[in-house]
Parts: sequence; C-alpha cells; structure tokens
Amino acid sequence: MDATIFGSDLVRMIIGLIGVIALVSVNALFLIWMERKVAAHIQLRPGPMEVGWHGSIQTIADALKLMGKELITPDDVDKPVYWLAPIVIFLPVLLSFLVIPFAPGLVIRDMNVGVLLILSFAALTVLAILMAGWSSNNKYAVLGSIRSVAQNVAYEIPLLITVMSIILMVGSFSLVDIVKAQEKYWFILLQPLAFILYITCATAETNRAPFDLPEAESELVAGFHTEYSGMRFALFFLAEYTNMFIVSALATVFFLGGWRGPFLPGWAWFFIKVYAMIFLIMWFRWTFPRVRFDQLITFAWKILIPLAFANLLLTAFLMKLF
Amino acid sequence: MLEPLEEKRYVLNLGPQHPATHGVLRVELEMEGEFIVKADPDIGYGHRAHEHMAENRNYLQFLPNMGRVDYLHALAYNQGYCMAVEKLIGLQVPERAEYIRVITSELNRISSHLLWFGAFLMDLGAFTPFLYCFDDRENILDLLDRVTGSRLTYCYYRFGGVPQDIDQEFIDGCRAFVKRLRGRWKDYDNLVTKNIIFIERTKGIGVITKEQCMLYGLTGPMVRGSGIPYDIRKKEPYSAYPQFDFEIPVGENGDTMDRYLVRLREMEQSLRIIEQALDKLPNGPIMAEKVPKRIKPAAGEVYAAVEAARGEFGCYIVSQGDVKPYRIKLRVPSYANLSILPEIAVDTLVADLVAILGSIDVVVPEIDR
Repeated sequence: MDATIFGSDLVRMIIGLIGVIALVSVNALFLIWMERKVAAHIQLRPGPMEVGWHGSIQTIADALKLMGKELITPDDVDKPVYWLAPIVIFLPVLLSFLVIPFAPGLVIRDMNVGVLLILSFAALTVLAILMAGWSSNNKYAVLGSIRSVAQNVAYEIPLLITVMSIILMVGSFSLVDIVKAQEKYWFILLQPLAFILYITCATAETNRAPFDLPEAESELVAGFHTEYSGMRFALFFLAEYTNMFIVSALATVFFLGGWRGPFLPGWAWFFIKVYAMIFLIMWFRWTFPRVRFDQLITFAWKILIPLAFANLLLTAFLMKLF
Repeated sequence: MLEPLEEKRYVLNLGPQHPATHGVLRVELEMEGEFIVKADPDIGYGHRAHEHMAENRNYLQFLPNMGRVDYLHALAYNQGYCMAVEKLIGLQVPERAEYIRVITSELNRISSHLLWFGAFLMDLGAFTPFLYCFDDRENILDLLDRVTGSRLTYCYYRFGGVPQDIDQEFIDGCRAFVKRLRGRWKDYDNLVTKNIIFIERTKGIGVITKEQCMLYGLTGPMVRGSGIPYDIRKKEPYSAYPQFDFEIPVGENGDTMDRYLVRLREMEQSLRIIEQALDKLPNGPIMAEKVPKRIKPAAGEVYAAVEAARGEFGCYIVSQGDVKPYRIKLRVPSYANLSILPEIAVDTLVADLVAILGSIDVVVPEIDR
C-alpha cells in the first residue's frame, strides 16, 4: 500500500501538478497571443508584429511588464478579501486540470466523479468574482460582480442538464470513460443540440463575449476587476484564459471524442480539438455585439433550460428505447 | 422590514472619463439596482470659449476655429460660417466652388457617420465593425487630405469660394471610393443590421416621439429617426443642393434602431450626391471676384444654417461695422440633441443608456464650444 502511494501515486501527483502549472502558464501566454492574432486578422490588421516572430513573445514582454507594475490597494477596500480574491479565482482553475484526460493514460487522476469535480470547481469562480467586486468598494465592480453571480447561476443549470444527457449515454462521471464511450461516434453527431447548448453556456460561464457582461467595458469600465492592477489583474486574466481552455477541453471530451483521431498521437489530437474550440469562442467575441443583462437572464431561464430539459428527456427516452 | 425606496438609490458616475462617453462628458446617474431613475448630463469639462474667441479676432482669423467645434464634420461648420459671412458682405460664390464644397462636405459627412457607426457598435460591445469603418474612413481622410491639406480639423473653405481646386486624381479617387463603399453595405448589413443581438439591443430602446422632437429642438438624424423629414438641405436649400436628386431617409418608431438605419441610409444618399456632383461638375473660377482683403461688414445681423452630420448647425453673427464681429452665436446640434437624454433615459438599464447615448451621437467639444 505504502509503496504504491510513494512509488507511483504521490510522484504522479507531484509531476502532474508541476505539469499543470507549466501548462497553465504557457497556455495562457499562447492564448493571449492567439486572441490578439485572431482578433487582428478578423479586423483586417496584422496584430502584434514587433517582439519575436510575428509578435510571438509579445505576451511574455507584457507579463514581465505586469510583474513590474505596482500593486495598487485603494484606501477603502476590504483588504483581506481584496487580496484573497485573485488567488481564490486561480486555485479552482488549477485543480480542474486534475481530471482532464489529455491522452490515453495521460490523466493526473481518473476519478469516478470527474465531471462533478470540474463543475463544482467552476462554480467557485463566482465566489472569487463576488469577493473581488464586493471588497473593491467600487460601484462598477459591485455591479459587475452582481451581474456575474446572476449570470453564472443562471447558466450553470442548463450546462449541468446538458452534460447530464451525455452522462446518461455513458453511464459514468469519469471523463476517461466518456472518451472511451465515443469509440464509434463522436457525441457531437448523436447530440448536436446538446453541443450548441453546451457552447452557449460555456461561453457565458467563462464570461466571454457576447456574454461578457461582468466586465462590459463600455458600461462598467472593467467590471469586477476595475480596482486591480499588476499581477493581481494578471491572475484574473490568467484565470479567464485558463477557464476558456477548460471549457474547450470539456467540449472536446464530451462531444469531439477527446484524444481520438487518426495518424497523430492522442495528445496532439486533443490539443488540436481544444484550440479549434477556443478559436470558435474567440470568433464569437470578435463578431457579436454584447447582449443586455435582462436579455441574457431571460435567454437562460426561458430558452436554454427548457431546451436542455427537453434534450435530457429525449435522450433518456431514446436510451430506454434502444 | 422594507426600507424606503430612496435609500436603495445610489449615484453612479458615468464619466467624465468613461469608455462610453466619447469625450469628457459626465452623466450623473441615479440608480435603483441597474435601473436608471434619473440621468443628468454634466457638461463643460472641455470648454474652450469659441464664441468669446470670435469677439477678439477678425473674421478670417476665426475661420480655423470652425474646424475644431465639431471635428468630425468640420467642413459643414466651415461652410456655415463662410455662408454667414458671405451673406453679411454680399459675396456670390461661383458655381464650381459650390460644387466642390458639396462634394467635400458630403465626403466629410460620410466619414463622420462611419466613425459614429463604429463607435456606436463599440458601445454595444462589438469591436470589429469599428475597424472595418476605419478602413473605409481612411479612404476619405486620404481624399480630403489631398485637397484640404489636413486629415481632421479642416479649414478649407474661404469667404467667396475655396482656395484650392480639385484635380483629376481626386475625382477618380472619389469615384473609386463611392464604388467601394457601395460594396460594403452588404457586409455591414450581414454583420450588424441583421444580427439578432443587435436588433434586440436597439429595437424599442430610447423612443423619441415627434412631439418630444419639437419640444427639445432636436435636429438631424435624431428628428428624422422619429419620422419628421427635416433636413436643411431640403427645407432651406443652400449651396448647390437644389440641383441634386436625393432623398431624406426617415424612421418610423423613433427608437435607437431607426436612428441607426437613418444614418446608414444617409450615407448612401451622400454617395448619390457626390456622384451627381462629380458628373455635373462645372468649369470656372473657384473664388469669387473682388473678395475684400480686409473684411469690415456694415452693421447688421445675419443667420446661416447648414445640415451637419448631427443636425442643424447655425451661425448667427452680429456685426457693428467693425473688423471683428460683435457677437457670434453658434447653434450646435449636439447641445440640443443631448438635452433629451434625461427624458428618455428614465427607467432604462445602464446598457440601454450607453446605446441611447451612442445613438444620439454627441460630439462633446461641440457641446462645450
């Protein structure tokens, strides 16, 4: 027993965590560069070109700049909460990586409650945003965080119900099992409606445009992170991009067959699919205007939730039939 | 225990440095949750006392100020002021100069509307259309740069005509631009006008009735969006406008969507005017004969109005027979247009207010003249 813990599990966990931290940092740097390039090319301009090949190390320069910035703490903030918020937003994001299967065998911990773990950690983000908004003692920040809470609560429900229909088909909460179940067909073919619902909810969950109301810059300046500067701001930024990676990874696992694909190794396919999903989400952002807050909530409660329920019932019915 | 309603209210400052105010405009919002109870625009942060400056300068020296009142449609202001002074000293502008004024002013109107289009969409959270517009607008700036010598704060018209003639390259460039922009309407429609989110954000928001238009003295796209075809170019024709065939687009409901559509259609009408003006462009002098070196009009009062991109720009000059005007009053459209904001902003959300403010299309330096 001891031997297995020290010999494999603990080492595996440590290596895994180091790997995750490395992945998160490199991934965020890459994603920010990718976002700038995608935005630029959609907008008929070249984007960053100066630092490195096609601006490829621009984000590293920006990260260094952010590290050098002063951490401003306004006078009237609730200091402990204000300091904690950026950390609280970042930790659950890291932990979500524990259960994501990157390739056959390349998963830090294959848990039988993997889906639940990720979704519950994703829900913690709300807490951090509320902490940031409330402690900042700034009206824009409070408005942004109130919006964020209402939005995430509203969109978590259809997201869960949508995912439930997948879990009904597989019969397991383990992400590895879900990928294994897609041997014949990717679930996007069997569950197209669920895929659309998932993408919509995931975009809202990650506070990306057209659902980026918590940080709507033309209304609320910068929303919940208005008062944050330097690395604290960078942590919020990092969390946003890592969240985007996680929802795209989940979409890959749930609907696009995870690591499955011909010729290339599993991890390569996994990353190709994840970045394709991320590209889709970026494409949304640079194409659509922002929805209004009441429309957003109405959309979740009156359209997405009934549709998700209908999809779940239909799935259950068909499962029983065949 | 329920609190009294007033205690739930709080004040939110929108501006003077806020991404949605396009300049140093401050709107003091009294809010209840996300609903606006009262909106109070606070102006004057960038006041430069143009009208007072006029009293200390001679007529020609004041001309460059006109490019800086509304920097987005500067040529209309050039024209309004020049027309007033020409009326005052009785100058007749030659036909070719009038045509050149029309062409350049309409180009400038399109560039102003394009910038509005991009900024309005940016207020609604869509960033990309902004850069598409700037790509198109760049062409206009290059064209106007060629003939006026500057890209933004134009000072091109003179009393009695224009100082520099247009050349063949400018005319070809104009024609190419007209063709290019016509090809763009489809993109704009697909990207924005037909977008469900955009429609939801603008339909029925910030409705202005015809009566309100009259009461507040609104002009330009604001009044046309509410269905009143009021356009100085048609109602009190000036310059060469009577010789062109164009329509005045009007809306039906007076909401943000209608004001958007009116401006979009106006750009097409401006293209029509430019095309006709280029076709009919007469030969001849570009400057009136016998323009006095020293402008010293007889005592009197004069008012001239032009249709600027935001509405009626009027220039009222009182002369007491001196080389300097005794008083110049600039009637600017943004000032009157903004005055309706407190009335239509009540009971909307912050997001709506941003959309409404965008659809009013204020140029803050023009308000703080």
